[in-house]
Amino acid sequence: MRLTQGTFSFLPDLTDEQISSQIEYCLAQGWAVSIEYTDDPHPRNTYWEMFGQPMFDIKDAVAILGEIRSCRRTFPRHYIKVNAFDSSLGRESLRLSFIVNRPDNEPGFGLVRQEGPGRTLRYTTRAYAADRPENERY
Amino acid sequence: MNDTAVLRTKSGAARYKPGVLKYAQMGYWEPDYVPSDTDVLALFRITPQEGVDPAEAAAAVAGESSTATWTVVWTDRLTACERYRAKAYRVDPVPGSPGQYFAYIAYDLALFEPGSIANLSASIIGNVFGFKPLKALRLEDMRFPAAYVKTYAGPATGIVVERERLDKFGRPLLGATVKPKLGLSGKNYGRVVYEALRGGLDFTKDDENINSQPFMHWRDRFLYCMEAINRAQAATGEVKGHYLNVTAGTMEAMYERAEFAKELGSVIVMIDLVIGYTAIQSMSHWARRNDMILHLHRAGHSTYTRQKTHGISFRVISKWMRLAGVDHIHAGTVVGKLEGDPNSVQGFYNVLREAHNPVDLQRGVFFEQDWAGLHGVMPVASGGIHAGQMHQLLHYLGEDVVLQFGGGTIGHPMGIAAGAEANRVALEAMVLARNEGRDIWNEGPAILANAARACAPLKAALDVWGEITFNYASTDTPDFVPTPTAA
Repeated sequence: MRLTQGTFSFLPDLTDEQISSQIEYCLAQGWAVSIEYTDDPHPRNTYWEMFGQPMFDIKDAVAILGEIRSCRRTFPRHYIKVNAFDSSLGRESLRLSFIVNRPDNEPGFGLVRQEGPGRTLRYTTRAYAADRPENERY
Repeated sequence: MNDTAVLRTKSGAARYKPGVLKYAQMGYWEPDYVPSDTDVLALFRITPQEGVDPAEAAAAVAGESSTATWTVVWTDRLTACERYRAKAYRVDPVPGSPGQYFAYIAYDLALFEPGSIANLSASIIGNVFGFKPLKALRLEDMRFPAAYVKTYAGPATGIVVERERLDKFGRPLLGATVKPKLGLSGKNYGRVVYEALRGGLDFTKDDENINSQPFMHWRDRFLYCMEAINRAQAATGEVKGHYLNVTAGTMEAMYERAEFAKELGSVIVMIDLVIGYTAIQSMSHWARRNDMILHLHRAGHSTYTRQKTHGISFRVISKWMRLAGVDHIHAGTVVGKLEGDPNSVQGFYNVLREAHNPVDLQRGVFFEQDWAGLHGVMPVASGGIHAGQMHQLLHYLGEDVVLQFGGGTIGHPMGIAAGAEANRVALEAMVLARNEGRDIWNEGPAILANAARACAPLKAALDVWGEITFNYASTDTPDFVPTPTAA
């Protein structure tokens, strides 16, 4: 399967040049870019690990791309995403979030059904890779 | 307009002499009145009968929507009646529409119960629309003071929190209404939901009249839809949802259905506008208590929003629904099959989404409105739109919107999942290009054609629907543009 979280997952994997363009767009809007990574891509895993803090003071797309490359070197088989935070009043949240690295092999998720009363089911989504310990999953 | 003696407020004992006075003489036409920051303001389009002075007609609307009746009553003198009288304070001819006037009316805040759209609407539209001296009457816009806005909790979830819950940022959300809207069994219905969601949509949707009919009872629909949602989540790793329509004949039945949706783990429920303002507010409170996104289908609105001379503008309904507290509302597509002038629709979207609306006559927004921190409502664009219009949709409607491609997903020649994929690829390609600084308005078709080279379903969608447009003149257009714009 292909994990399709993030803004651009239905497109072919973005090249570094395309990633740079998106970062430049974020910087032009005044947003702060951050990098996060995980090997637990459950759809409700909100807190991926932060690869450093959001880069509030870095206004240079080249430097940010350098950080992305550094994250990829450290975690070559993890999911890595780039986020952009907008601190303006009333938003104060992410404005863009897209995947820039993914493992070669994505085994995907299984669905566990627990039968309940009245034909109801309790569903549990479980990443096949999550059975292994952290950092040994992909 | 004519500040003649006949339209001047009578004072003292003469004002209360038993009998009939003109509304303007009773104190409902006050051209010198300066609205206070705490007044509720309303703008009506009035079409007086032949021979009726526009100022008197405006005064009549002010009177009948506040304290007046057809004759003088002495019991006014037991009250602070001068405060309670709504005041028509300005009447302007409508540009290019002889016989029509814009009447501005101010209402004291004390006239309204806090936090009740039912009370607000009973006051403002409760009594005046059948008034004989007027041929037609339309409520065009309203301004609510911050003190009044703060009596409402507003949207249960709001755009920002909805995106955080769904973990979806930077692009419009994608949806589809299941078709055919009537007749599918629960099992077949869930198939459409599963295919559309796994193919790439974020949401699917019950239609307005899918409730609990002989071919599919509501519990069956909910159970099959949840199976479809969970399967699609596992297949994609994304959060998915289906607007489970809980509209029913009684409030008790709606709560029962909503509770069941919650038990099953749905992220969103849906109601129809026809359930009424009070029921909508009750469902909003329920949704907030239960961490549920609340989708509103504006079923029935065109009966009173579409014609320019009589009824209520949808921008007023948008404001009321933001106060009432829905998270999603259908607000027009511009380019689709349903009524929607580009400027008017952008006006609705701005009213729903922005923290503050400046006066914007080109988009039909007559009043400045500060939303006092009330969450934004996510507009939904639905009805006859397809992947080939993606650049136009993004251009007109922006990013915080749900684009719903029902026929444009389910009618895809390669199947439902392929239809969903085509829409998602078209959308992501267009957002990527926009962010790169491309001119999507002009380069849109080329951007789509390029994306289709790597996506056969998108190519098929463009081949089938690429040229389909719905170019009809809109009826509900702003009055302050030189010529009504066609989509």
